[in-house]
Amino acid sequence: MGNENSSATPTSGETDFGRKAAMALLAQATVQEMKDFWAHWANKPQVETLRGPETGLVMMRGRIGGGGAPFNLGEATVTRATVRLGNGAVGHAYALGRSSEKVRLAAIFDALWQEPAYRQTVEDTILAPIAQRLNDNLEDRRAETAATKVDFFTMVRGDN
Amino acid sequence: MYVAVKGGEAAIRNAHRLLGDRRRGDRSLPAIGLHQIVEQLALAVDRVMAEGSLYDTELAALAVKQARGDMIEAIFLVRAYRTTLPRFGYTKPLETSRMAIERRISATFKDLPGGQLLGPTFDYTHRLLDPELAEDGIVETPERRVEAHEHTPRVTDILGHDGMIEADGDMPEGVETGDLTREPLSFPLERDLRLQALARGDEGFLLGLAYSTQRGYGRSHPFAGEIRIGEVEIELEVAELDFPLTLGRIRVTECQMINQFKGSSKQPPQFTRGYGLVFGQSERKSMSMALCDRALRARELGEDITAAAQDEEFVISHSDNVQSTGFVEHLKLPHYVDFQAELDLVRRMRGEHERRESENREAAE
Repeated sequence: MGNENSSATPTSGETDFGRKAAMALLAQATVQEMKDFWAHWANKPQVETLRGPETGLVMMRGRIGGGGAPFNLGEATVTRATVRLGNGAVGHAYALGRSSEKVRLAAIFDALWQEPAYRQTVEDTILAPIAQRLNDNLEDRRAETAATKVDFFTMVRGDN
Repeated sequence: MYVAVKGGEAAIRNAHRLLGDRRRGDRSLPAIGLHQIVEQLALAVDRVMAEGSLYDTELAALAVKQARGDMIEAIFLVRAYRTTLPRFGYTKPLETSRMAIERRISATFKDLPGGQLLGPTFDYTHRLLDPELAEDGIVETPERRVEAHEHTPRVTDILGHDGMIEADGDMPEGVETGDLTREPLSFPLERDLRLQALARGDEGFLLGLAYSTQRGYGRSHPFAGEIRIGEVEIELEVAELDFPLTLGRIRVTECQMINQFKGSSKQPPQFTRGYGLVFGQSERKSMSMALCDRALRARELGEDITAAAQDEEFVISHSDNVQSTGFVEHLKLPHYVDFQAELDLVRRMRGEHERRESENREAAE
C-alpha cells in the first residue's frame, strides 16, 4: 500500500497483526472507539488493574541534522495501564495523551489479543477498523497534499 | 529592624475573580471550546506546545484559553503543568525521513524526488484581510490528487552523496545526550543541548537573531535546503516488552538550512548545515532555529565570533521566554524595602553632591 510508516498498519489486506502492530493500533484508537468496542464485547472478562491508568511524560528525541546523534526535543503526555484478566493474561497499554479510559480498555484488548481464543475476534472487530480509519486518514492527507504539488513548466522564449 | 507587612488578600482574591469575568467576556456570546481552539487556532496551539516543550494539543488549548490568548502566559502554564508529572522515559529518536508529509519544499532544488509540496501554506497569499472569514461562510473541501506514492528523500542526503555537504551532526563517542530539564546548563554547551534549548526557545527572540545573521552580524549565506511538515511516529522502549512500543504520532516541522562555507583551518570548503526541529506546524520558528544553530557552531567550525547570534551564552541564556518573563515581570512585585533603601542612598549621595558643588562654588569665588 506504499505506506512508509507500515509498523502501525497491517501489510496484507487481511488481519494478521503482530503484537507490536496490535499495540500500535490500540495506542492510536480514539477513546470513543475503545468504548464502543468494549460495549459490544460479549462475555466481558474479569479485569484487575495492576497499574494505573497513570499519566506521565516521555522526553521525545530528534536527531541532529535529521539523522545524526540524538538530542532531546521536548516532552509529551503519555498514559499507561496494566491489567490482568480473570484467566491470568496480562495486558499493557501506552498511548500519547491523557485518556485513562482509552488506555485501560486498550490494555484489556492487548490481554485479550494474547489469548488464542480471542485473537481473531480482536483483530477482525477492533484492530482492522482502527487500521482502516488510520489508513483512510493517511490516504486523504496524501491525496490532499499531492494536489498542492508544483508542476513546473518552461516558458517558451522568443528568439528575437 | 525588619518589619514584616501583610495585606492584599482580599484585593488579590477580587482581582482574580475580575480576571475570570474579563476572560469570559460578554456572556451573551458562546464560550469558546477547547476543540474549537485546537481546530481553528491550531498554530497558536502549536506554538504553546513548542515553547511549553510539551506535546498535548488539548492542554495547550486550555492554556491559550486560560491565558486569554497571551502566548507567553500560556507557555508558562504548560511548563508549570509538566513539573507535576512523572517521567516515564526517553523515546527513540523520531525519524523525519519516514514522515507522513503534509508540506515539503526546497529552495535549492527545483526538481527533487517527491516534488515541491506546498501544503496548507500562507505563502503566495496576498495578505489581504478576508471579509468572508468574518462570516461563517462555506469552506471548500480540499482538492485531491491520487497518484502513486513517491519517495521523498531528504535534500541533505541527495547533496550528501558527492561530499559537497557535511554529514548529519554526530556527537563524540560515548557522550550521553544532555537534558536541560535535568541538569542546569553549564557553558560551553554541546550541540545537542543547544538544539534542545532552541527547540523550546522564544520564536520572536530566535527570529530576531536569525534576521541579524542575514543582515551581516555573523553572516552565514543560508539557503533553505528543505522544510518538511508532517506526522512522525513516537516509539518508546519499556521494560515489560521486548519491542519498542508505538505511542502514537506527533506533527513536527523540520528545517534543513544549507550554508556556504569557505573552509577554515579545520574544514575544507563545503556546505555546512543548520538544523531546526519544532513541534507542530512552525515554519518560521524552525527556520530561525536552523539559522541560530548554524551561527552557534562558530566555535566548532573555527569561525571568528563577532556577533550576538554566535555567542552561545548570550543566545541560550536569553532564549527561554518563561525565564525571561519571570525576571522581567518580577520587577512589578513589591520592592518597597529595596526601594526605600535605594531612596535613602540616593538622598545621601544627592546631599554630598550638593555640598561638594557649594564648596566648589565658594572656592571659585
